[in-house]
Amino acid sequence: MVEALHDVSLDIDRADFVALLGPSGCGKSSLLRLIAGLDRPDEGRLEWEAGRPPAPGEIGFVFQDPTLLPWASAEDNVFLPLRLRGIARGRAMPEVRAALGRVGLGGFEQARPRELSGGMRMRVSIARALVTRPALLLMDEPFAALDEFTRHRLQEDLLALWQSLDCTVVFVTHSIYEAAFLARRIVLMTPRPGRIAQEIASPLPPGPATRLDPAYAMLVAQLSRALQPLHAPP
Amino acid sequence: MTRAQQRAAPAVLGMLVLGMWDAVVRIFGIPPYLLPGPVAIFGAFAADPFGLILALFSTLAVTFAALCVAAAIGALMALAMELSPLARAAIQPWAVVLQVTPIVAIAPLIIVLVGEPFPSLVACATIVAFFPVFANTVAGLASPSPELADLFRLYGAGRWRTLRLLLVPSALPYFLAGLRISGGLALVGAVVAEFVAGSGGFASGLAYRILEAGYRLEIPRMFAALVLLAVAGIAINAGLGAFGALVLRRHGDV
Repeated sequence: MVEALHDVSLDIDRADFVALLGPSGCGKSSLLRLIAGLDRPDEGRLEWEAGRPPAPGEIGFVFQDPTLLPWASAEDNVFLPLRLRGIARGRAMPEVRAALGRVGLGGFEQARPRELSGGMRMRVSIARALVTRPALLLMDEPFAALDEFTRHRLQEDLLALWQSLDCTVVFVTHSIYEAAFLARRIVLMTPRPGRIAQEIASPLPPGPATRLDPAYAMLVAQLSRALQPLHAPP
Repeated sequence: MTRAQQRAAPAVLGMLVLGMWDAVVRIFGIPPYLLPGPVAIFGAFAADPFGLILALFSTLAVTFAALCVAAAIGALMALAMELSPLARAAIQPWAVVLQVTPIVAIAPLIIVLVGEPFPSLVACATIVAFFPVFANTVAGLASPSPELADLFRLYGAGRWRTLRLLLVPSALPYFLAGLRISGGLALVGAVVAEFVAGSGGFASGLAYRILEAGYRLEIPRMFAALVLLAVAGIAINAGLGAFGALVLRRHGDV
């Protein structure tokens, strides 16, 4: 058996935007799955502010692939989490339409996944995660497979969503630039077994102007420096 | 290549082969009891079209019934295997036994045991047709990505909802592809069973006509029956293909 995580201790505050940053194999996805309740830790525990683990729908999860139902329209894909909780279609539709509108897909309600671009599919996936109005949004390298222009647009839109939605985000990435642009707090992880090496608070104001901010370049440099000694020998 | 050319190509090739066949038979003077020419075969069909077509319908009835039974049992067994690991362990080896059983070897046994001709023919054809639809449905039920399964788990979807909203729709294209393969096999199974039953004196179906024509050395009639069988096979394949496309289009998965 492989030890994925070892001695990890992490506090996440309400409405924070935390990036888990590290090379592949550092256990950042495993940590995310533990938080989501998709896996259980062999040792240790998770504590929640509410004193109980979140109910279905209180956590939204966005995978690296959009993981949409290929036979269902964008609308039906976003409706899915509500449907699984037994909410009738008629009652759910205003919420579904609003979620699609929030990710900029108004007018694409009836489109099937194969009719949408990669970026638009990811937007449907994000709308699906937001439709239950989760208190916690977990994202597992959601933009890794997208081209750079699409990625930048989605990053900016995600920041705007986060600011308007009062939602906690835990965002797994292996991109230093992405972590520096998005996160309020960056958690650096090291591989084999996964540990938390360092936490760095972002001094940047969140927003699209950040990319041009010299402080952004400084933060990227700081993260790169911090990650250098952490790289495991090949 | 235009669409019209694509449509016409098989017909043109067929005519060409028929023409050459006819020419070879005539030029070398091959007697019709060895190899009848296409004209003689058509003549044999035209001499008794209703006898052959009635026999074809008898065979098609067996084929269709067997396909329905095979599809129902195959899908249900695949579902049972997906829902219960115990059922999976129990069913898997027996499904393979059914697949590798040579129907020619056990058809006499089934025909004797069942007694009634129609159900026994259906039973034989079902055994032949069962495996593709079963194996495809099993693969289809296992096809959704682990992430989608995680998603359903995350939202607390129970077994029933996961089955209805994820597994069954995922398996549908696989099931339909399996059904198309099974359709042809059901016809093969029906004919093989009819051969066995026919040599036992049960006079019905195209295979019996083929046997009968063989005994009487009416080789053109035998070929005419074979041609009908081939046409039926093409029709079943095309029909099931169109049926699958229609279902998937209505389902939204093209």
